[in-house]
Amino acid sequence: MNSSATVALEAPEIGAEESGARVRCSGAWITRLLAPLEAQIEKLASSGRGATLVDAAAISALDTSGAWLLHRTVRALREHGREVRVEGLRPEFDALLQLVAARNAAGGIPKARAEGALARLGRQAWEGLLGAYGLLAFLGEAAVALARSIREPRRIRWRAILYNLQTAGFEALPITGMLLFLLGIVIAYQGAEQLRRVGANIYIADLVGLAMARELAPLITAIIVAGRSGSAYTAQIGTMKVTDEIDALRTIGIGPLDLLVLPKVLALAIALPLLTVYTDVMGVLGGMVMARAQLDVSYATFVERLGEAISLTSYVIGIGKAPVFAVIISLVGCYQGFRVAGSAESVGRQTTVSVVQSIFLVILVDALFSIAFSWLDL
Amino acid sequence: MNDTVVEIRDLHTRFGAAEVHRGISLAVRRGEVFALVGASGCGKSTLLRETIVLQAPVSGSVRVLGQEVTGLDDDAALALRRRWGVVFERGALFSALTVTENVTMVLEEHTRLSASLREEIAAAKIALTGLPPDAGPKYPSELSGGMRKRAALARALALDPELLFLDEPTAGLDPLSATGIDELVRHLRDALGLTMFLATHDLDLLWRAADRVAVLGEGRVLGVGTMHELSGSADPLIHEYFHGPRGRAAREQAWNRR
Repeated sequence: MNSSATVALEAPEIGAEESGARVRCSGAWITRLLAPLEAQIEKLASSGRGATLVDAAAISALDTSGAWLLHRTVRALREHGREVRVEGLRPEFDALLQLVAARNAAGGIPKARAEGALARLGRQAWEGLLGAYGLLAFLGEAAVALARSIREPRRIRWRAILYNLQTAGFEALPITGMLLFLLGIVIAYQGAEQLRRVGANIYIADLVGLAMARELAPLITAIIVAGRSGSAYTAQIGTMKVTDEIDALRTIGIGPLDLLVLPKVLALAIALPLLTVYTDVMGVLGGMVMARAQLDVSYATFVERLGEAISLTSYVIGIGKAPVFAVIISLVGCYQGFRVAGSAESVGRQTTVSVVQSIFLVILVDALFSIAFSWLDL
Repeated sequence: MNDTVVEIRDLHTRFGAAEVHRGISLAVRRGEVFALVGASGCGKSTLLRETIVLQAPVSGSVRVLGQEVTGLDDDAALALRRRWGVVFERGALFSALTVTENVTMVLEEHTRLSASLREEIAAAKIALTGLPPDAGPKYPSELSGGMRKRAALARALALDPELLFLDEPTAGLDPLSATGIDELVRHLRDALGLTMFLATHDLDLLWRAADRVAVLGEGRVLGVGTMHELSGSADPLIHEYFHGPRGRAAREQAWNRR
């Protein structure tokens, strides 16, 4: 295997000559070049009978994987009832072949000074700034990784995306649905008192429908998902960091962002809008039930009024906020995971930070959206 | 042919105000077992991490397999990473995967071999590191410390690297398992012609497996040489390291076993 670094490498080959009596092997039998060889060997083993000479003189490089393949080939030929002899293998390669065959046959922080109130305020402000800067830098890194994945779609981890769709999306259906249904009931109940007093019972549909579609369904769903999935992302990545698994991924040549972050971001960006559509419906259902019980508004009247109350714009605005929230939740969750250092305790701390920060940012961004939409008169 | 596999020149590393390395220079030759020793916190593991591109030094040059690794971009680092294997101090096996899967995932990532051949090759590597065949389907948590080290070694060998980095290969092992690792290190070097670069505290391992040793201290290289040369060194720090009570015992033991 020493020679692999210095000799120009040619593709490994294996071929039968003289109707199978002679098998010629050549080229560099090393791990990364082996793949095409496998198919050639499949064909070889099933043809021919009688004595066979394996001529290995032209093998220019051999590593343990190559040696295993050669050993396996010889074994397969023998199993087909042939007499096999290996000839011409270089002595150092022969030693390696024997080795593989034999093994397999047998089976510092300084002590902190007490700091004054002013110093603490300053430190916390500075740390807050650094944290914000770090999050921005992480957003940039994730964007670069995403661009690379789009250029080379082979890098996209579809299985991981599907898995995250299931855990963060599908499995969140019961809890989000139930909570928004209850929220619909609460809103309708509170509204019912006021509307009855002015005799505007039918406007319960406007109240519940608009509040749900524009604000409550996207916001509350995002908050539930932040608590459910954002925390899980932090804990998972943080634990992998503690056990050096992130470093191990890097040494193997797998980008942690490609494997751990992008699938989560992409999956949640798909799952959260879909969840929001679903929770819109559940919230309105809750309102309908309450409207009939308290205000005698029948289901049919409620639904009829709903069509007039909610414009397409309001509905689309509500759904459109969801992917933005999804990106915030997944990025904050993953970023805090990568900030874990050293201990299991740190995992717990960052998980808390992750949930608080993502909920804070979701509400902040929602407020910014409201301001922007009122400027745009939407 | 260039016989130097790892070449470190005038390396400086700083963590905040603490200066860990103040001008380290080293060369590891092809086919040798080269060990870094020194007291805890002297920057052995940091030096190792800088060599395998997990951490960047403040200044200085690190050349691995003929290529400068400081300031290397991702693609170039990937090409280089395929040519070396790393065994971490605590193994760093992926806890969600079995031993076999830990090895096959590397092959799956970098080659296009069929699943059955990948598994056979993984089994061959697992056998090569001296693990019993029934260790393959086990999860890392079900293995003993010594077996976990061997499994980590099997993963590091997955792509048949030219160069192997080991961080504290015998740390946390009982003497018997540690002796097994000594022998394994020597055996792999002889059988596969590997170059090994390791950081360790273990004097037994040094006496029995290392060809050359570098002693780190005070941010510098205090001395480089074979164990015999170093144990005769006049430098007070080196003397203290090798002639403390444990050092003497390890030496006697090594002589008795030879």
